[in-house]
Amino acid sequence: MPETLQFYLFAALAIGASALVIGQRNPMHSVLLLIASFGALAGLYVLLDAPFVAVAQIIIYAGAIMVLFLFVVMLLNAPQEDAHKDPFALVRQSGLTRVGAVLALLLLLQLSWALLSVSGLAGPVDAGGDAAVVSSVPELGRVLFTDYMFAFEATSVLILVAMVGAVVLAGRRENEE
Amino acid sequence: MFNSSFDAVIPIVCVVLAALAAMAAEAFRGKGERMPIGLLGLVGLVAAGVSSALLWNRNAASFGVLVADNFGLFVTGILVVVGILTILFSSEVLERDGIPAGEYYALMLFSLSGMIMMAMANDLLVVFVALEIMSIAVYVLTGIRRDKPEATEASFKYFLLGAFSSAFFLYGIAFTFGVAGTTRLDAIGELMAAQAMVDNPLVLLAMGLLMVGFCFKISVVPFHMWTPDAYQGAPAIVTGFMSTGVKAAAFAAFARVFLSAFEPYIADWAPAIWVLAALTMIVGTVVGVAQVNLKRMLAYSSIAHGGYLLVGLLSANEVGKAAILFYLAAYAVTNLAAFGVIAVLGARDQGNDELRDYAGLWHSRPALATLMTVSLLSLGGLPPTAGFIGKWYIFAAAVSAGYYGLAIIGVLTSVISVFFYLRVVVMMFMKDREVAGMPAQVSGLGMAALAVAIAAIFYLGILPTQVLDLAARSISTIF
Amino acid sequence: MIPLSHYLIVSAVLFSIGTTGVFLRRNLITVLLSIEIMLNAVNLSFIAFGRTHGTVDGQIIVFFVMTVAAAEAAVGLAIVISLFRHRESLNPDAFTALRW
Repeated sequence: MPETLQFYLFAALAIGASALVIGQRNPMHSVLLLIASFGALAGLYVLLDAPFVAVAQIIIYAGAIMVLFLFVVMLLNAPQEDAHKDPFALVRQSGLTRVGAVLALLLLLQLSWALLSVSGLAGPVDAGGDAAVVSSVPELGRVLFTDYMFAFEATSVLILVAMVGAVVLAGRRENEE
Repeated sequence: MFNSSFDAVIPIVCVVLAALAAMAAEAFRGKGERMPIGLLGLVGLVAAGVSSALLWNRNAASFGVLVADNFGLFVTGILVVVGILTILFSSEVLERDGIPAGEYYALMLFSLSGMIMMAMANDLLVVFVALEIMSIAVYVLTGIRRDKPEATEASFKYFLLGAFSSAFFLYGIAFTFGVAGTTRLDAIGELMAAQAMVDNPLVLLAMGLLMVGFCFKISVVPFHMWTPDAYQGAPAIVTGFMSTGVKAAAFAAFARVFLSAFEPYIADWAPAIWVLAALTMIVGTVVGVAQVNLKRMLAYSSIAHGGYLLVGLLSANEVGKAAILFYLAAYAVTNLAAFGVIAVLGARDQGNDELRDYAGLWHSRPALATLMTVSLLSLGGLPPTAGFIGKWYIFAAAVSAGYYGLAIIGVLTSVISVFFYLRVVVMMFMKDREVAGMPAQVSGLGMAALAVAIAAIFYLGILPTQVLDLAARSISTIF
Repeated sequence: MIPLSHYLIVSAVLFSIGTTGVFLRRNLITVLLSIEIMLNAVNLSFIAFGRTHGTVDGQIIVFFVMTVAAAEAAVGLAIVISLFRHRESLNPDAFTALRW
């Protein structure tokens, strides 16, 4: 398939699935739709000569983070009626929500205007640089462990904080019922 | 290749090691056994403070992304003081309220390490990771009292809006990366200077998005919606830590990013900051007047103080930059003292943070009432406290930079704010005690902390020149 | 050959969808998912920009963003669980403090 067709296919899938995510009543459906969207994004990453990141996206995002979400959704076992029942609830949302949605739309329009009006963006995305260099895993490793060394170590602190935090908030305490 | 000097990392490493030691101590603690975990934290913080002092004027840089320049070290000093005071106040609150000590200290120290990283970061990605470390720990600390629904709800609201704004901040980094090809602040600064003639919409977008992210963290109007609920719902000592440490770190990073990397574009972002500063000062003060809950009132007071700091940022001249640092120091000590008093006076089941709970405090607990009065006067900017000098310098900087309108708004809002601060003072002095339930004794550590805080407030207010000089010398290294 | 602007527009659309999702607040889980959508949108921008510059830096930054997203998701879900213990509901309207 020509590259353009692939791009439009993946892009449409990503956008469509994401748009459906926020409209679902059942959180389980939302999570599964988001997994589909992430898969489409992985496809886009492959088109951008980033195969390692694409695989990481599937493994980490779709495979770990979304599974965590699924666990929590199933654990909480919230009944479906919790979400708004009324099919026109979206339209009859409170005023502030409507303002927010309008603001989001304005944001999109402004971003699109800015992106379309900048001259430097019209060129093909893979004009600069060599595809072989950009997609090579050894190159990724080299740059990660030299230029980004400190950020890498700092991230370990971040993960530790998240672990401690999750246990503190959600774990069982000895003196609780 | 990365820089061979590890010096700049040392303060951060000290704090992280202290946090890890706190976790280990908690893990090996027998059930019911009392362990001075806070002491580990204090040791680590003192070590961090000492190493920061030793690094002064040496401009050490590590890994190309951390710069221990005087600016970063000054803010690190403020953060170390915030940490020490918080630990001293926490020691008696934790046991009383049933908060798990080891995890609390670990999270607090990790958050502090993230704050120090933010103050020293020379790279947008490191700023982002440090911001997340700081924030995630604070979200958890807000909700650490799982038995209180308002704390949990506050924690969720804070988390939600925090993560939302982080995404905006990250988008700003993406556009900056797109234009510059790097996330290093010094490289970006050079590129921006070279490009300043060309009006690139991507750069404007990037600045706008980054500003949204920062403005959320420092509770600038209209991104302040989370602050009153989060400050009110969280335990008082956590609120003290949040309102001072997070603001100082976020402000340091904000100043570094916008006054060095995006400085060539100052004509574009200055008007936006003008409007935000004015809005923040006005809304923070006006809405604060109507509050009856002390924590909520202090939350709006914090919002207003963020506005004053923005005025200093906007002035961007020599006096303005030094004024920001001094103001951060004064504000940190003062706010922490105020929240410390609230924390110490609380009880497990009731926060004792409504205004009426403080009626007649002067008669029953004169020491605490004095400290509260001094803190409130400093927040209001009355002499001879630290707050007065801080505001004086901020407004002086604004006037010398030509921002007369902002200076006038600032003075007016300060005067109005004195009203709601004095209302608390009057309540403490005049009325008779109505409320029982306050703890009978304040522990030695708590009194020590209060004494340190009150001394600092007066020291900064009466003999500010030493610290001011320090602040002024800190600026010259980066701007 | 696909222009850079196409990728950036897709990213912008996804970002806006995420923003709308946060404002719509159908249930607590969906709100967290919307934030994940926003972060993924930014990831796409990073990779696209990185490809334009011909370096791997964009991809590396994406690794860090993924890690941050994982940490945030973990803590966010822990807070949701903690909330759920109080109210047994995922409906944002049940929580009185969750006003803007």
